[in-house]
Amino acid sequence: MMETWLAALGGATLGVMEALGQFAFLTQSTLRWIFKGKIEWRQTLIQCARIGADSLPVTVMTTFFTGMVLALQGGASTEHFFNQPLFVGMLVGFAIVMELAPVMTALVVAGRAGAAIAAELGTMKVTEQIDALYTLGTDPVRYLVIPRFLAFVLVMPFLVVISDFSGILGGWLVAKVKYQIPPSVFWHDIIDSMRVRHFMHGYIKAYVFAVAISLICCYKGVTARGGAEGVGKSTTQAVVLSMVAIFVLDYLATAVLVALGIT
Amino acid sequence: MIEAKGVVKRFGARTILRGVDISVAAGETMVIIGGSGCGKSTFLKCVVGLLRPDEGSVTVDGMDIAQCKSEAEVADYRRRFGYLFQDGALFDSMTVWENVTFGLRYLTPIPPARFRRLAREKLALVGLKDIEDFRPAELSGGMKKRVALARAIAAEPSYILYDEPTTGLDPIMSDVINDLILDLQKQLKVTSIVVTHDMKSAYKIASRIAMLHEGRVLGQGSSDDFRASADERIHQFVNGLSQGPIKMKLKDYEPDAAGGA
Repeated sequence: MMETWLAALGGATLGVMEALGQFAFLTQSTLRWIFKGKIEWRQTLIQCARIGADSLPVTVMTTFFTGMVLALQGGASTEHFFNQPLFVGMLVGFAIVMELAPVMTALVVAGRAGAAIAAELGTMKVTEQIDALYTLGTDPVRYLVIPRFLAFVLVMPFLVVISDFSGILGGWLVAKVKYQIPPSVFWHDIIDSMRVRHFMHGYIKAYVFAVAISLICCYKGVTARGGAEGVGKSTTQAVVLSMVAIFVLDYLATAVLVALGIT
Repeated sequence: MIEAKGVVKRFGARTILRGVDISVAAGETMVIIGGSGCGKSTFLKCVVGLLRPDEGSVTVDGMDIAQCKSEAEVADYRRRFGYLFQDGALFDSMTVWENVTFGLRYLTPIPPARFRRLAREKLALVGLKDIEDFRPAELSGGMKKRVALARAIAAEPSYILYDEPTTGLDPIMSDVINDLILDLQKQLKVTSIVVTHDMKSAYKIASRIAMLHEGRVLGQGSSDDFRASADERIHQFVNGLSQGPIKMKLKDYEPDAAGGA
């Protein structure tokens, strides 16, 4: 009984270590090819368009409603304490720009574009298309992973900036319609209190999330095994792992940025 | 010339190849036969460099992929091969002509402006016409195999490796593919390794046959040698008999010959 338990524990530990090793190898190969400058720009542009087009409508809608909720709750809370809604613009601006726009955008992108990448690469893996790339003279990391990695790194900050605006617009709409806060007050709340470093706080996080999501989803795709069921499992794991990574990295990135005074 | 010496390949605790020795002379078509899971495709992947043997070596014209250090050496090794995958492995997102010419960008100095014309020529070699702009999803199984074959020969390799070229095709299309392999052999003067369990195909295209069983070479020889083999396991396999020394369970839960569950 004890032996079986130990064997299971040992097997699971070895599995995790092997996966971490493979992930580290993929990351190292990706960086090596980028530093060599061997980049498939056409593929990268195609991926940029796909990731952007796939994710933009959902990220805009998500952050717009998040901004509306923030304004509603912020206004209601301050109204409760001060008999009038105060600092709604500031609350929405800081929460969206520093935290919610990058995190919500990353979650949506992981669920939309990340899942699509894991499923596409997984299907290519189980149908031997990735092996075919090798026999046709190119490296699968160079042809498949790097364009997706670069596309995420290039597109994600844009998506986050657009989310910043859509979130604040959502907040502004509620502030105007529900609380009759004049636009000048709402915008001054934001402009007077927000500095470039606050914007950079969220903007830097966009890069951190882009690197994590792209590598996790590509890794789960190229290591898929076992036909349609395997592709399904890999895709689910890619999304779940990306989401966990987003929350963990969000905390770590915040801690580093606070320590550096970018807050 | 391809020379495999003592090739051992393991996947975790499972040993798939247990010391395979096979040599293929220039211009020869070596057909490797054997039951499902005996390591035929694994061997082929070791030859092309998709898998690295855990022990032993595979040398091609004196080059061992495991010893290739620089990117140029690896590219030089890969340039020698065309590989036909079992299900074609055509890229779904590309058209037929883009599939056929995909490797030319990486394996040859041919300018992209000539790709489309070259694709037409290679497709004509495998008997296909006017399908350049189709997607793989729009093709039948036999057409996919032929497009994959056109892709495998596009960069004019010295060696062509075929992984189950007739699996999943009807008998007539299987024979068409066999004829194509023979035609290409004559026209391109290539050296080939064909992995199959289709004995009709093996007898038709083979210069020599090797049989793999449980990760080892059971025997090598001409088609006639195999037809007349006194080895009971070879006799059972080439004649497709369920009764004999090679035991296959009818059902997964059936007890094996040793009496275990």
